[in-house]
Amino acid sequence: MKEYKTINKIAGPLLFVEKTEPVGYKEFVTVTLSNGETKRGQVLETSKDYVIVQVFEDTQGIDKQTYVHFSGEIIQMPVSGKMLGRVLSGIGTPLDGGRKIIPEDKRDIQGEVINPYSRTLPDEFIQTGISTIDGMNTLVRGQKLPLFSGSGLPHNEIALQIARQATVTGEEESFAVVFCAIGITQEEAKQFINEFERTGALQRGVVFLNLASDPSIERIITPRMALTTAEFLAFDYGYHVLTILTDMTNYCEALLEIGAAREEVPGRRGYPGYLYTDLASIYERAGLIKDKSGSVTQLPILTMPGDDKTHPVPDLSGYITEGQIFVSRNLYRKNVYPPIDVLPSLSRLMNSGIGKGKTRADHKALSDQLYAGYAEGLDLRGLATIVGKDALTSRDQRLLLFADTFEKRFVMQGRDENRSIETTLELGWDILSTLPEDELTRIPGDILEAHYRRETAEDEGD
Amino acid sequence: MEVSLSSYSSNKEPRIYKVAGPVVIVENLNGRMYDVVLVGRNKLMGEVIEIEGNKSIVQVYEDTELIKPDDPVENTGTPLSVELGPGLLTSIYDGIQRPLPLIAEESPFIRRGVAIPALSREKKWTFVATREVGDTVKGGDAIGYVDETANFRHHILVPPYAKGTIREIASGEFTVTDTVCTLEDGTNLTLMQRWPVKKHRPFYDKRWPDTVLVTGQRILDTLFPLAKGGTAAIPGPFGSGKTITQQQLAKWADADVIVYIGCGERGNEMTDVLVEFPELVDPKSGSPLMDRTVLIANTSNMPVAAREASVYTGITIAEYFRDMGYDVALMADSTSRWAEAMREISSRLEELPGEEGYPAYLASRLAEFYERAGRIETLSGGEGSVTVIGAVSPQGGDFSEPVTQNTLRVTKTFWALDAKLANRRHFPAINWLKSYSLYQDQVTPTLERSYPGWVTNMKRLMELLSREDELSEIVQLVGSDALPEDQQMTLEISRMVREYFLQQDAFHDVDTFCPLEKQYMMVNLILTFSDNAYRAIELNKHVNEILDLPSRPMIARMKYERDYEAYSKKVSAQIEKDFNELFGGEEE
Ligand SMILES: Nc1ncnc2c1ncn2[C@@H]1O[C@H](COP(=O)(O)OP(=O)(O)O)[C@@H](O)[C@H]1O
Ligand SMILES: [Mg+2]
Repeated sequence: MKEYKTINKIAGPLLFVEKTEPVGYKEFVTVTLSNGETKRGQVLETSKDYVIVQVFEDTQGIDKQTYVHFSGEIIQMPVSGKMLGRVLSGIGTPLDGGRKIIPEDKRDIQGEVINPYSRTLPDEFIQTGISTIDGMNTLVRGQKLPLFSGSGLPHNEIALQIARQATVTGEEESFAVVFCAIGITQEEAKQFINEFERTGALQRGVVFLNLASDPSIERIITPRMALTTAEFLAFDYGYHVLTILTDMTNYCEALLEIGAAREEVPGRRGYPGYLYTDLASIYERAGLIKDKSGSVTQLPILTMPGDDKTHPVPDLSGYITEGQIFVSRNLYRKNVYPPIDVLPSLSRLMNSGIGKGKTRADHKALSDQLYAGYAEGLDLRGLATIVGKDALTSRDQRLLLFADTFEKRFVMQGRDENRSIETTLELGWDILSTLPEDELTRIPGDILEAHYRRETAEDEGD
Repeated sequence: MEVSLSSYSSNKEPRIYKVAGPVVIVENLNGRMYDVVLVGRNKLMGEVIEIEGNKSIVQVYEDTELIKPDDPVENTGTPLSVELGPGLLTSIYDGIQRPLPLIAEESPFIRRGVAIPALSREKKWTFVATREVGDTVKGGDAIGYVDETANFRHHILVPPYAKGTIREIASGEFTVTDTVCTLEDGTNLTLMQRWPVKKHRPFYDKRWPDTVLVTGQRILDTLFPLAKGGTAAIPGPFGSGKTITQQQLAKWADADVIVYIGCGERGNEMTDVLVEFPELVDPKSGSPLMDRTVLIANTSNMPVAAREASVYTGITIAEYFRDMGYDVALMADSTSRWAEAMREISSRLEELPGEEGYPAYLASRLAEFYERAGRIETLSGGEGSVTVIGAVSPQGGDFSEPVTQNTLRVTKTFWALDAKLANRRHFPAINWLKSYSLYQDQVTPTLERSYPGWVTNMKRLMELLSREDELSEIVQLVGSDALPEDQQMTLEISRMVREYFLQQDAFHDVDTFCPLEKQYMMVNLILTFSDNAYRAIELNKHVNEILDLPSRPMIARMKYERDYEAYSKKVSAQIEKDFNELFGGEEE
């Protein structure tokens, strides 16, 4: 057994251990304090002279008398189908007073890289019942689609509404939810757990909780444990797992802390240069695998510091995830729920999940045209505040009105309003038909012929 | 328990001294720069990137977890090389040319330390010799060929530095390692050769690119054309269309061979290409697009050190096909991930950081890479080209960052993606005011010959678009209604250019690829409409009357028409009829 009492330096979450036998990179480490308390960690750097250990809990109480034990293995976590229904801490210990989890297997929490050749392209439409998502930023099974939000905005409500309403049409299959709290407040966590209890989702869910009051450094492993569990449920048990990770910004703060403790050269705005790579090792753990029946769908939530989407956390996330849903402060202030700003939002997998045989043949053209119209309407709204409505041509005035109608009727909906995709698409046509047919250049003629409502247009024209 | 350092072995074998992520320091290696070494008991592949005293710094292409100090290291004594020969096409490799389909046979997850040759050692190819015993051959000369896919002839070339008189040569069925030809000096030639990736393959001479690479993407071909053998940069924030543009080029560009490198990007995007390309038909050859494609995948969750290798592996494969006299197009999505990998390794080496933490050699590495593009005269006197199209992912979408800036200094075509356009679903979201092509003057004379008026048309489009930009500034102050009718008309015509012509839907069966002739006809229709429209304004017609003409929405739908020639005639006739009626109305 490799156990040492040779800590030479402690800096933040890092221990520098000397005079060891060869220790492996990323080895799992346990640290035993003089009072018998143990903490866990991982090897960050290893050489003949010293080993750097990163402790996942706070380093309070660690001194030079502390024993450091190197396991010879990488961090693994016990996994079991019986984890469903359980509430665990950020490092996987039961918090619900329930029994210890008897492992069926142990898994490396770093996960393994899925061979792109072995992936199946996600293409199954998930109906969330929310028009701005289903109609214009469609979620598909196996996608990683984050909510980009800001502090104080109702991203949790939206995530919960999605979790509650998500269905894949025509299928009764095994769903599971893995909920991973990363540094959020007790109240926020309660909101999720209560809701999961109320809807019965908890019985087919696993909760990992790292709260704001828990050691920040734990946050490095919490999402990895959650995803390891999700993958086990998906690829060993065949569940379709929806994984909610919130708040990824807190995760990145923890990385920043470690980087600072290691005195690394920082990348943009103080974050480590490897932030992209690190985030990819989390977000890429979603998808479908050939010959396996389950799937992992990721719904990460992140709050943009200062609502700034160029901040490294949303920026690098957007470069990795398969789109993003923007929660807008502007719409929220106007009492629009859900305050989803469709313009900067995107679902990169939308095109494979919609269309004939999946949603409807007119879906894409309709969505494109709604985008174009709304974007132009918003520009004009800006213009109208400067030059006045009357200085706009009649065409422009219609577009201005269109943007308002779009927000009021299409974007806005009830917290429990679960719209079918047909309802969403028909609503889209209702609104589009307020614009003259000739303006709808994004829509091929046959589709326009089939769906455009001439009566509405004539009423508007009057 | 305390142990002294003496528990470490003290012999002079190469041993690991330190492991920090992908960077491993080895003692007593006695290697040269860029030697490939096998690290640890799993024999993970790595490359020597720095030597200091008896310590060599190695970047390892695989995950180094559980690698320990004192583990053994083996020096292969050769630099990182790729295997070149029949079997490259239709393949998908990782960054160091390991075939992903074969790795997938074991497990859907990528395991470490797998050693599988890039080219199958079992598969037999039909080799047809085109040279005879007694012929003298030199590097770059073809000695025969293999029909690799239904429509692709893979020429078997004498490796660059070999030469001599053929002693033996035979047609027949061979594996890539069988000898197909022996020279007098005893050199055996096989269907396969190796080449170190960091060294460009030699050629006789470089020529100025003068032929357009037809992409079937209207804004590119008509406004910002790329030349065969040229270079292009596509910078843009996330979601602006870098990947789709690259994939569109991989699908529709009129090259003979496509090398597509997924460098540090999404796994699903590579899967997408793998699923889609075998289904799509190359308009030129009639074969599946996959038949002319080589894919290299080092996705964002794969080891960082292999990012750089993926880029070099790709360009070396591209040069190899170029040397056969083919036009090759290479896409790298995204070069920023490669740059970030450099930064990560550099910071582990504690090198002095340059701008934004990137190493000082960022600029020269990028320049060297793009320099490997070009239209060349091959060693055997033929002509081939490598076109390089690099995506750039600027952090925060800010083009002033070092990777974008250093790339723009060495590339000659700039397709600037714009989040504002993408947000309103104007695709391709290429900003027409910021983009440019320095090949325009070289490639347009040929276009002009096939399509008279091409150059004037292009200039008129650009004028319209920049006039629109000026006018919209005025609109911001006074509103659109206050503009005189002719200026309102300009805004409407340029809207037609943007919406009817520039916007192109990559996901529409017909619109995804637009032949040059169709582009030409579309522009002609818009400009004909425009000429008539201004005349009508002069005759005191109102903008609204003109906008209501039935020919206008007809032009809009031209992009979706497969039989564009017939449709164009129809629209043309309608324009004539519309305006005749309008002008006729005046005379009454
Ligand atoms: N030419 C195009 N036609 C239609 N849609 C496009 C086009 N280019 C981009 N898009 C849309 O934009 C999304 C993002 O494009 P992508 O190329 O993945 O962006 P990036 O690589 O810059 O992040 C795509 O998923 C697609 O919906
Ligand atoms: Mg991309």
